[in-house]
Amino acid sequence: MSGIGEAVLRLEGVGKRFGALVANDAIDLSLHRGEVVALLGENGAGKTTLMNILFGHYVADEGRVMLADAAGAWSELPRGSPQAALAAGIGMVHQHFTLAENLTGLENIILGTQAWYSLRLSRREARKRIAALMRRTGLQADLDLPVDRLGVGERQRLEILKALYRKARILVLDEPTAVLTPQEAEGLFAAVRTLAREGLAVLFISHKLGEVLALTDRLVVLRSGRKVADRPTAGADRALIAQLMVGREVDVARPARAEPGRPVLVLDKVGAGQGRGRLSAIDLTIRAGEIVGIAGVSGNGQATLAELVAGLAQPIEGRMDLLGSGAPANPFEAIARGVGRLSEDRHRDGMVAEMSVAENLIMEQRWSKGVQRFGLIRRDAARDAAKVAIAAFDIRCPGAEAPLRLLSGGNIQKLLLARALAGAPRLILANQPTRGLDVGATVEVHARLRRAALEGAGVLLISEDFDELFALSHRIAVMHGGALTPAVAAQSLDVQTIGLAMAGQPGAVFEAAA
Amino acid sequence: MIRFEPRAAPSPLLAVTIPMAAAFGSLLIALAILKLTGTPVLSAAGLLVNGAAGSLFALTETLTRATPLILTGLAVTVAFRARLWNIGAEGQLYAGALAAVAVGGGQIDAPAFILIPLICLAGAAAGALLLLGPVLLKARLSVDEVVTTLLLNFIVLLVVQMMLEGPMKDPMGMGWPQSIPILDEAALPRLFAQMRLHAGLLIALAAALGVHLLLGATVLGYEMRAVGGNPAAARFAGIPVDATLAKTALLSGALAGLAGASEVAGLKGYLTADLSPGFGYSGIVVAMLAALNPLAVVPAAIFAAGVFVGADTMSRTLGISNYFADLTVSLALLCVLVGSLFLRYRLRWVGRR
Repeated sequence: MSGIGEAVLRLEGVGKRFGALVANDAIDLSLHRGEVVALLGENGAGKTTLMNILFGHYVADEGRVMLADAAGAWSELPRGSPQAALAAGIGMVHQHFTLAENLTGLENIILGTQAWYSLRLSRREARKRIAALMRRTGLQADLDLPVDRLGVGERQRLEILKALYRKARILVLDEPTAVLTPQEAEGLFAAVRTLAREGLAVLFISHKLGEVLALTDRLVVLRSGRKVADRPTAGADRALIAQLMVGREVDVARPARAEPGRPVLVLDKVGAGQGRGRLSAIDLTIRAGEIVGIAGVSGNGQATLAELVAGLAQPIEGRMDLLGSGAPANPFEAIARGVGRLSEDRHRDGMVAEMSVAENLIMEQRWSKGVQRFGLIRRDAARDAAKVAIAAFDIRCPGAEAPLRLLSGGNIQKLLLARALAGAPRLILANQPTRGLDVGATVEVHARLRRAALEGAGVLLISEDFDELFALSHRIAVMHGGALTPAVAAQSLDVQTIGLAMAGQPGAVFEAAA
Repeated sequence: MIRFEPRAAPSPLLAVTIPMAAAFGSLLIALAILKLTGTPVLSAAGLLVNGAAGSLFALTETLTRATPLILTGLAVTVAFRARLWNIGAEGQLYAGALAAVAVGGGQIDAPAFILIPLICLAGAAAGALLLLGPVLLKARLSVDEVVTTLLLNFIVLLVVQMMLEGPMKDPMGMGWPQSIPILDEAALPRLFAQMRLHAGLLIALAAALGVHLLLGATVLGYEMRAVGGNPAAARFAGIPVDATLAKTALLSGALAGLAGASEVAGLKGYLTADLSPGFGYSGIVVAMLAALNPLAVVPAAIFAAGVFVGADTMSRTLGISNYFADLTVSLALLCVLVGSLFLRYRLRWVGRR
């Protein structure tokens, strides 16, 4: 394709305020064909707002979005019209997928692109086009299963295919690799590079600095709504980017040495769950003071493992010992037993958006003496406790009485962490604890988990982020197809070994430990 | 072009003024429709206001009519706050009324201070049990409670008709399908001499206060709101979702059943199959008009009752159908739904360029 390097999109002085908060302050940004640009910034830096303006979900207070058509003529994108953005060839893959779960992959991709009176024939045509697209990009996904039976990684590939199917000229990827194995991520990067060579302009939003350095041509950094850097990727390094994003130096800590104590969780040939998430005869022991990381592509049984520990599922076979007793019958019992839990999907399982910060904080302790008396909630006590947690965990919010939905993702996660750690738990389930969080919030969440382990809690860390697994875990086990490798000391592992095990080929290191 | 943009936080001022504007707007639209029929609108409006609040008698009539609406409005509020879609307040009301007649119709002979609480309890229990079934079906088999509660309304009404033609038929009723009257000891006392307003209003007001405290200040109410806000998160945090929904159902059904008992024991003295001109359904409008706020249910119910009572006067005087009241109340629901949009979104004019 011709025209590589030509500008295709220009944001000119885009500004947006929400009340007193300046979300975007006169941001200029241009995209060129064939270019992969990283958009970086902490949570709340204004990335989401900027993308919402680009897609017409918000209307900018000032500035405009200019698009070049195929012939190179510039025109302003109609404001506040997602349809216009789609028609102009802007495609987006959201962090929270926007697929209809009861439809198949094929139906999701063609949803909205066909007239209601079109026949099966055009479907066959569509399938042919999608198959060609999959061959060209290497992005494979099942087209005939309902989406709710697909794993997170497959859903994401569908999202990308959906955008490409609609002939996107500009593709925005929001945290695309959060759910992929290194091999899969490499596949995605290869696909992105291929597409860029063909003239696609890609805007890549990520918190994983390694990927940003490997994939992108240019870096744009936002901080507090302002653009603070726009520079070639070549010549930048992690420390520099982190510093640009946070505005101060960030130190990346290593795991402290553990003094493992008594076992807090023992799984002995445990099977549980059904369907794709089934666990078969897994063995795992976590001791007090120890952080054990579970690596793996989501959808391989991690959800069931998390449910076992959280009290949402019970073993079908095998023996489970959690803090001196069997599997908890329900979440209430798990909490009472001393399990602190962070759910994988904090929007779905963590928060009640319309309730206040304080109300969300007391949710697991609602029957404790400090929160209620004779079934009456002690509002003042709850609010004071919330204020303490807000200060201790640096939760940025308008106040203890503000509805939770006003908080950013990182601050919600800090709140949920405060809630999970409130009862001084002896076993902590940290399921994807920093997914979608920025550098600053990630560092804080990690520090909290490390400190909890130092103080004697066992931590079950389920993560798809290698940096995180290596930064926190003393031992790492890999989950694939419902089976779990033995947990191996993190020092003796590297990304390649884990990646192979994630694909179902555990190497000698794991076999030796078995 | 007009654009809707989400508001960060709805202002408390709007939360009060928008429902009021919606109520007022629904009246204006209804009067505009009257105008199309050639009715003198100004005198119609005057008659409406006069009939609803023009005299002490009119006011007490409005409050009498508001009493069951407060209770059904609360029943809907409680259920909807936990996202339990109880469309069956009408049936629960009739179940409560049936139970009230069964207890107060002479089978039990006791003084008023025993019989009145007993009749209220019986009505509440009947309504509560009636809603428990659909909720258990929802919890165990994922049966949609909108369908089951709605259909139960018709079933209960048929049962009532069967009872009125059969075992409960008043032998002194000259063939009319009406129940035996309740004992005088079971009747709720009147609040004013020569007026129909009865102590059911006090029960309804106490219930509004009670529900307000329950939702806002107790752990149970907290659990109900959490289940309504996000059931998955509530379950994860250790809240027993099904049990909470069952408790919600018991309370919601009890409030609607109480409305039936109060109508029988306070107003009619016996049960007929036209005891309720749709109080259960109007309760949904009242609850929405009150934005599911239990204290706001009281003024919302009084507004709806005022429309019903005022429209009666108006239709008698001007000879227009008293469907006008149904029209206005239905319009109020639509206006409230539109209004809630403005509560959550801001309108913006976007210039075309």
